[in-house]
Amino acid sequence: GRGWRGRGLREGHAGGGVARGPSPGSQGQPPPPVQPHYPPAPAGPSWVCRAVLGEGHQRTVRKVAWSPCGTYLASASFDATTCIWKKQPDGFECVTTLEGHENEVKSVAWAPSGNLLATCSRDKSVWVWEVDEEEEYECVSVLNSHTQDVKHVVWHPNQELLASASYDDTVKLYHEEEDDWVCCATLEGHESTVWSVAFDGSGERLASCSDDKTVRIWRRYKPGNEEGVACSGTDPTWKCVCNLSGFHTRTIYDVAWCHLTGALATACGDDAIRVFEESSPAAPQQPTFSLAAHVARAHSQDVNCVAWNPKEPGLLASCSDDGEIAFWKYQRPEVC
Amino acid sequence: MSLVLGLLSHTLGRVLWYSGLRRGCHAPRKQAMEQDKALEVYDIIRTIRDPEKPNTLEELEVVTESCVEVHEIGEDEYLVIIRFTPTVPHCSLATLIGLCLRIKLQRCLPFRHKLEIYISEGTHSTEEDINKQINDKERVAAAMENPNLREIVEHQRRFLYCYSLQMV
Repeated sequence: GRGWRGRGLREGHAGGGVARGPSPGSQGQPPPPVQPHYPPAPAGPSWVCRAVLGEGHQRTVRKVAWSPCGTYLASASFDATTCIWKKQPDGFECVTTLEGHENEVKSVAWAPSGNLLATCSRDKSVWVWEVDEEEEYECVSVLNSHTQDVKHVVWHPNQELLASASYDDTVKLYHEEEDDWVCCATLEGHESTVWSVAFDGSGERLASCSDDKTVRIWRRYKPGNEEGVACSGTDPTWKCVCNLSGFHTRTIYDVAWCHLTGALATACGDDAIRVFEESSPAAPQQPTFSLAAHVARAHSQDVNCVAWNPKEPGLLASCSDDGEIAFWKYQRPEVC
Repeated sequence: MSLVLGLLSHTLGRVLWYSGLRRGCHAPRKQAMEQDKALEVYDIIRTIRDPEKPNTLEELEVVTESCVEVHEIGEDEYLVIIRFTPTVPHCSLATLIGLCLRIKLQRCLPFRHKLEIYISEGTHSTEEDINKQINDKERVAAAMENPNLREIVEHQRRFLYCYSLQMV
């Protein structure tokens, strides 16, 4: 489809191209001016498996998350534990195993500060863990606000605010209030399981995706806001400002909001990946998103996850029930 | 003159009839394809044994030919919808049957498909809860990692083994 520049090489391929510098001028000619460094051609670098961490879990590993500093990797498993791995020169070492959930851990996420970690489970709870300089982990809160499985947790990009998505059809937000973690907002509107949530780069908006085949955009309104949206006490209110329906034909398992470009990507049970862009000029109260790209058979089975590269604009990774991981280069179409 | 006109109109009629036939030809062919696929699905699920009783789902009328719906949703891809009727309103048994249906089709259905399984309307008090569970693939995958549950869902062969022993 429009806006795509083909598929990157998948995991498992050995070798690959290397970007070459300018060739020296032929005899008698002055050397050509130094070229600026352009990104490698599509058939360039490949992805090679560097390590297989097989000793940590007894059952399915459902989610992994890198710490903000890049030194640690957290893995959430159906065996009810979360392993923390530390990157070493020669591989990864399991530094600790977080226990406590009663059954499958579905998701794990690091706070931007790197001092906090959140996990969630089918046991309906969200746990907040604190880690100190000595790599000691301590559970500082068990949040039992959801009434069903919690599918996903994600942190605000720059505040210690946590969001969770649940089988109970809601999204909940949590923050620390007087030394205790509390649920400060519940976002209702989806008509079925909410599988994932993502904050935009500013943290003022949240996107949620659901089994009801819609993506909803929520906006934060602080107390005393000029739009006149009512708030209770000192907590901001989150209102649904956009409902993307009619685009997806099956459950939407993941949503990713690029913090570099603002593009919104979705992973769907109809095997497709879609990218939405906000139409400009932006109207904050009623933003409109349009479908900028649609890869109908991105994978041969359900797409479960999509993730934007945090440094390289337009680079998207996806994975699927078909066992493959794919890398995509997305370019915003001219007219959107 | 009238004879010529008569011939012309006859020919025109024939042309229109042929083009109509060609247009309408796609719909019955698609329907026939979908019906074929539905029978293929039914052939796989009717021999599934009830988790409790020594009968197949067909014998207990938990599934029938008409309970399978197939729709073409893409090139060589079909949406399969099954509505089954549990024998007793016992929640966990209904969920178990749903699981058996899902796993058997996941493993045995040869064509590309998306699957939805529901309890036929009005047969259960908590049917919405059950439907949600059996259509949540994460819950299904986690359940199938439970060795006890996996044993029950897969017991088809084991039960057959015991049954054939009895016959000797």
